[in-house]
Amino acid sequence: MSAEQQGTAPGPVAEVDSEPGVAKPDPILVVDNVKRTFGGLVAVDVDHLEVQRGLITALIGPNGAGKTTFFNLLTGFDHPDSGDWSFNGRSLRRVGSHRVARMGMVRTFQLTKVLSRLTVLENMRLGATRQAGERFWMAPFRPFWAKQEAANTERARALLRRFQLDAKADDFAGSLSGGQRKLLEMARALMVDPELVMLDEPMAGVNPALKQSLLDHVKDLRSEGKTVLFVEHDMDMVREISDWVVVMAQGRVIAEGPPRSVMADQRVIDAYLGAHHDTSINELAEHGHEALQQAVEAERTEEEER
Amino acid sequence: MIDVLQSALHDAFSPIGLSFILAAIGLNVHYGYTGLLNFGQAAFCAVGAYGMGVGIASFDLPLAVGLLIGVAAAAVLALILGIPTLRLRADYLAIATIAAAEILRLCFSATYKEYFHARDGVSGFTAGFRSLNPYPESVDTVLTYNLDDLWVLTVGWIVVALVCLYLWSQMRSPWGRVLKSIREDELAAQSLGKNVYGYKMQALVLGGVIGAFGGFIGGLGLASVQPDSFNTDFTFIAFTMLILGGAARILGPVIGGVLFWFALSFIGGVLGKLTSGDDPVIPPHVLDNQQLSSVRFMIVGLVLMLLMIYRPQGIIGDRKELAINER
Repeated sequence: MSAEQQGTAPGPVAEVDSEPGVAKPDPILVVDNVKRTFGGLVAVDVDHLEVQRGLITALIGPNGAGKTTFFNLLTGFDHPDSGDWSFNGRSLRRVGSHRVARMGMVRTFQLTKVLSRLTVLENMRLGATRQAGERFWMAPFRPFWAKQEAANTERARALLRRFQLDAKADDFAGSLSGGQRKLLEMARALMVDPELVMLDEPMAGVNPALKQSLLDHVKDLRSEGKTVLFVEHDMDMVREISDWVVVMAQGRVIAEGPPRSVMADQRVIDAYLGAHHDTSINELAEHGHEALQQAVEAERTEEEER
Repeated sequence: MIDVLQSALHDAFSPIGLSFILAAIGLNVHYGYTGLLNFGQAAFCAVGAYGMGVGIASFDLPLAVGLLIGVAAAAVLALILGIPTLRLRADYLAIATIAAAEILRLCFSATYKEYFHARDGVSGFTAGFRSLNPYPESVDTVLTYNLDDLWVLTVGWIVVALVCLYLWSQMRSPWGRVLKSIREDELAAQSLGKNVYGYKMQALVLGGVIGAFGGFIGGLGLASVQPDSFNTDFTFIAFTMLILGGAARILGPVIGGVLFWFALSFIGGVLGKLTSGDDPVIPPHVLDNQQLSSVRFMIVGLVLMLLMIYRPQGIIGDRKELAINER
């Protein structure tokens, strides 16, 4: 906590510079030149990014910065025009989304996707990988998979207890509240036993009481040695739990570093609020249109240089 | 009145009803469990029936080989339809299947006439099946069915029972759970490491092959296979039976099918009684005998509409489950 507040990063990334695309000592995820365009719009254009193993990394940025698209690209739910990225040193360039999950990189969704007409427990059981009973020819013969199913059920119930959903185990997932759905989705992702958990806006639409418990769950993931990468708009959450923050704007990574220092970074403030947010209207009026004109001029040359 | 009831019961359990029931069970795998919109189940039944019929009638193959050809044809059709469309949204499969069903029906009625015999259809393939009939010839009719029908019925209902038993064990397994998760949200299933495309393909093939069984029973029951019995009505009647009974329930299509056929026949029979005779209850200028068969479909349609309004989950569905709206 104290390290975070002073704007320095914890242990493994303490010596790392706060520069976009900086190398980390032990990256679990490495992204190179990933670019995705929708027609003329460049949604994502990331030159280089590394995500440190065992830490909580936040991905922030104003609306439309390409965070969710970037998430989709990394997890195989969308395909980039060019670029390469690897997880634990294995390239994910041509890997389908279900294989990405099996490799240990699991995501949740911005709009929660619970399986409404399955019970909470069935939702959880589905998360387990390598189930013999999921094979077509094995499925009708219960003895082949009963043991594994029992083990998975036990693990599912333990996770549900941890996320305080055990009382709801036999209810349809569609009957849960918005916040409980977020919890279920996170718990279900853990059934896959991932190394890297990618959470897309875990706090969206969650009430303050539940927020605190969600925060604790995310921190628990880190203490279990899992890596967390999450997209979030809630700056309090970003400040409180993240070890490292990556800022995206207009598809590019514009800054990264420990939370305090990144949030004070001029580029980040500009991205969120616009470059001229500090200039008061009075000031502009005093100097006539001069200041405004200068500002517009400066922006134009900047754009031309690009 | 007893004879109306009797003939309605006769139709409810008839070979034709059975072929629709098997088609509806196949649709249950597609639509009820996996959420695949197959509007061309008639095509799967047709290739099954034609595979068996042509194999036996034109190539003198034994019955078992004919059945195998039918099953293989349905599986191949599922692959051909599934490979390009199952990666896309659900609507594309619906479009592709309804188009394929019409294309196949027109092909069967206009091409390779030496094998398909155009509108007359294929016949002369039942000898092998009938020779296996164990019922003694001394009996004339049992429960209003003649001996050939009785044999088809016996086999047909055994097939229905075995298919239901198999599906029950298949759907309670983790495999069935993956299918249901795909129905609920395929992206979620994918994010948990399930190969959604592969599972959809398995479901499409399985449901299609069960549809081919329906084609076998229908063909053997009528002793002929005609292209026009596999028009789009076929698929939609099967869908109606499925939804009437309750989708995603093992016995839904069976119960729905029997009831649908009973209702259709019963309404037809009652209307027939009311419009016939010297002084009919319903005078001919309101409804005459020729209009009967259309009117009974109208009434069945009305009954179904009322059922959907007051019992949308079907006869054995779970209302609570249906009430959960997808968010």
